[in-house]
Amino acid sequence: MANRGIAIRTSPHLKRVLTVDQIMRGVILALLPIAAWSVWQFGLSVLLLLLTTTGVAALTEWALARAAGQGNTLQNGSVIITGLLLGLTLPPGFPLWMAAVAACIGVALGKWLFGGLGYNVMNPALVGRAFVQAAFPKAIATWSPPFAPGRFTEPIPSTLTPPFMQPIPIADWIKGLELDAWTGATPLAVQRFQHLETPVWDLFAGTVAGSAGETSALLILICGLWLAWQRMLDWRIPASVMAGAVFIALPFWLIDPGLYPSPAFVLCSGGLMLGAWFMASDMVASPVTPAGVVIYGLFIGVLTVLIRLFGGLVEGVMYAILIANALSPWVSDWTQPRVYGSKGRGRADGQPSD
Amino acid sequence: MSELLNTPERLTPDTFLRGLWQENPVFTMLLGMCPVLAVTGTTLNALAMGLATTFVLVGSSLLVSLLRHWIPKQVRIASYIVIIATFVTLVDYAIQAISLELYAALGAFIQLIVVNCVILGRAEAYASKQRLHTTFVNSLGMGLGFSLALLALGTVREILGQGTLLGVPVLPEGFQPWVIMALPPGGFFVLGSWLLVFNWLGPRRARRDLVASGATIHVR
Repeated sequence: MANRGIAIRTSPHLKRVLTVDQIMRGVILALLPIAAWSVWQFGLSVLLLLLTTTGVAALTEWALARAAGQGNTLQNGSVIITGLLLGLTLPPGFPLWMAAVAACIGVALGKWLFGGLGYNVMNPALVGRAFVQAAFPKAIATWSPPFAPGRFTEPIPSTLTPPFMQPIPIADWIKGLELDAWTGATPLAVQRFQHLETPVWDLFAGTVAGSAGETSALLILICGLWLAWQRMLDWRIPASVMAGAVFIALPFWLIDPGLYPSPAFVLCSGGLMLGAWFMASDMVASPVTPAGVVIYGLFIGVLTVLIRLFGGLVEGVMYAILIANALSPWVSDWTQPRVYGSKGRGRADGQPSD
Repeated sequence: MSELLNTPERLTPDTFLRGLWQENPVFTMLLGMCPVLAVTGTTLNALAMGLATTFVLVGSSLLVSLLRHWIPKQVRIASYIVIIATFVTLVDYAIQAISLELYAALGAFIQLIVVNCVILGRAEAYASKQRLHTTFVNSLGMGLGFSLALLALGTVREILGQGTLLGVPVLPEGFQPWVIMALPPGGFFVLGSWLLVFNWLGPRRARRDLVASGATIHVR
């Protein structure tokens, strides 16, 4: 500004203004420790996986933003989050070409079909994951052991599958590792089918098998809390997701602890933590009202546990969040607060509520 | 749309070609979506469905055109349905006789040809107002356009979903099938992708025609 005197501004006189770019940068920062732990745990494969999903997502974003006449939207960073999150939800040895498909579909179908950042109905990363879950159901349920020896020098064989080919089998590779106990299943599957609970501390610390970035509940919790403390994330969403999960898991566990998982297991296993803190809290796809986010979060928690306990799938976080995303405009509409000075409830479009 | 005119149309190549491209029942008019999405999982199903629909379409349009002076206006829809249902029954029995396997694969969608909007639309908008020979050519074009659209979906879905074409493997050993393409969502994805292609090509073509006719256009 040329005028260096007293800057006169109209209201609102906010002390701190968080821009979209700042928030996105904060979320990327919070995701980096999780990504680092994931690379430490699973090695080179996860590094390649994250680079692929982020790179392809960014490339898709760049091309589609140009096609839509919105210029370069890469610098707002939202697509980097999409790419990172997508990579973190995939199995460590997921073939890179399938990860690229997921990233491309996620950004194109989940985001740009609706008009780009701010218009996406659902979380783009989860749209991409849902697509590959339906397209390649076998590859996305193939898990590899954590802390495999030599993981930093050579990737998991299936990672470098040639494009459009079936994943290279990893059974021989796992046999060659000579691990003591490896069943090829995640703690969730073991609980579901053999009713054996992995010690919660292992789940909490993240020394178990699973999707690349979902293993360490502790790390996700720390990073999520930091984001919430920075006001870059609505803490009510993860809190109500977890509350919903516990609420529905507790009675079952009390009835039969041998058959049903404990609430602590429910919270720390699978993708619930990552989903609650980093995906359900997507600012665009979650409701805008204070009461709405609580309903939305509870719904995700309850639905996740119901899918886990009674559904055909072992893990239900992804579909729970996607369904809740689809419902969130209605939730916002139902939970409009009373407009100050009026008797009835207001609506987002300024029309009286019906 | 010239065919909304009540005057008899003169037979031109366009009478036939409209159904293939300009007024393609699937890609332009978005009619008959039910079989388009449901039975295009494999090329063979798509082909059979397309031919069955074409037969019913041509047959019923001819009969409607033939009887157009005798069908009372007040009960015309019911009359069309009876005529269409007659041909659907023929096709139904024919497919059942030819291949029980195909009949099972197509399921209820053969009987549902009765309520296919493409056919009823042809009867109402064209056959009931036009002479026999133009009706034949036009409905044949529409039927082939419908079959082509079904094939366009069926081939993509079969190649991606199973790596085969008409049951013959066409992709190298070890190809990873995209399971979703053989499932119902695949129908939506592939239809959406084709519509994207056609909607992208359409305006380009229109603009080119405009330029060719000497009009000044403004490019954004």
